[in-house]
Amino acid sequence: MDRNSNAYTFIFAIITVVIIAAGLAFTATSLKPLQAENVRKEKMQNIISTIGVDANRDESAELFKKYIKKQLVLKADGTTDDAVEAFTLDLKKELHKPYDQQRFPVYLAEKDGKKYYIIPLFGSGLWDDIWGYIALDSDKNTIVGASFDHKGETPGLGAEINQSWFEDEFKGKKIFNDNGDFVSVKAVKGGAKPDDIHGVDAISGGTLTCNGLTQMLEERLKNYVPYLKKN
Amino acid sequence: MAEEKEDLFSKKNISLLTDPLNDDNPITVQVLGICSALAITVQLKPAIVMALAVMFVLIFSNVIVSLLRNLIPSRIRIIVQLLIVASLVIIVDQVLKAYAYDVSKELSVFVGLIITNCIIMGRLEAFALGNGPWKAFLDAVGNSAGYAIILVIIAFFRELLGSGKLLGYEVLGHKGRTLAESTGVYHYGYENNGFMLLAPMALITVGVIIWVQRSKNTKLIEE
Repeated sequence: MDRNSNAYTFIFAIITVVIIAAGLAFTATSLKPLQAENVRKEKMQNIISTIGVDANRDESAELFKKYIKKQLVLKADGTTDDAVEAFTLDLKKELHKPYDQQRFPVYLAEKDGKKYYIIPLFGSGLWDDIWGYIALDSDKNTIVGASFDHKGETPGLGAEINQSWFEDEFKGKKIFNDNGDFVSVKAVKGGAKPDDIHGVDAISGGTLTCNGLTQMLEERLKNYVPYLKKN
Repeated sequence: MAEEKEDLFSKKNISLLTDPLNDDNPITVQVLGICSALAITVQLKPAIVMALAVMFVLIFSNVIVSLLRNLIPSRIRIIVQLLIVASLVIIVDQVLKAYAYDVSKELSVFVGLIITNCIIMGRLEAFALGNGPWKAFLDAVGNSAGYAIILVIIAFFRELLGSGKLLGYEVLGHKGRTLAESTGVYHYGYENNGFMLLAPMALITVGVIIWVQRSKNTKLIEE
């Protein structure tokens, strides 16, 4: 058959596309369960890492069960909604709902006899989504640990938010001031003052990602204020 | 065919493998793939993983296109090549997500960007369409290795001078808040050069590499 005829070109294109589409569909479907499992385990790993439990991905499910005693879903007024499961709740979708229909998950953890409140976060960095978890001490004010991650921040700059040197800065910071008003924690460009209990050093070259992170902390944590103040 | 009888490792075939490392380097001589050389060389580790991923995609696409070279209609050859490269990239991405989740997170968007790496399309067009699979394989290995070397050299200098680290380890000492708290060279007032982290310095580093290479290898100097 003439390689330059229209018929040959069409037939070749159709066959190629069908073969490649089938191949890709097969690869994607057969790998999907493994990928979903990785994502689920990583989420558990991130959640428990905020209370200082270092688990590798394989043992994370077991340790998650051990330390997370209760998973609650809150309504905007701070009361619980038992109809929704906390772990599978998609924060991204929640944010697009009207405020009074949004649900806010919180994980109650217990480690060495102490109670912790782990709050999941979700927001926008410079290029794409960023998310994370903040663990509060039993005083519901002091941060004991933080874990952040991102989808596509600039490697070496904004992407550093998922590094422990940055996450560790949050330890000991407070989200309420002395009067009990909510102030959140900010990533400060140029470095926070050493005695600033509401600020951490932002990342050089990652200012826009850090601004997104500051905004995420403030907007998400704000929703938990009624709950945190109530009990 | 005479081509088929040629020794697998004849001098000509070996030069396919070694030329791209120096005389015909894809980045410094052919000036292809500059885009990713700027983007992912802030740190050494992503640069290495990126080089490996490009190697995988280039080897397979070069060999596949070479096998199909007598079947592909020339009018749609670019689309067919793109299709093959894109499918391979998606497979790499999916497999990494399933079996090497951490690496896949490390590379994030750059895996998808392999599709736009000019080296791959360049080699498919310039080489795979006109040569047999074995030669195409050698050409792919050579070119991706040439790409890898330059990437690693740039990333080495950028990570070392920009953040004082190599593969994440603080090789120059630890920088504390004050001179007294700092160790290593930071103790004597050394500062990281933040400019190295920005894309322009990657370009300048490439320029310096080209300069050094041409002063050593006079064949490359145009009249």
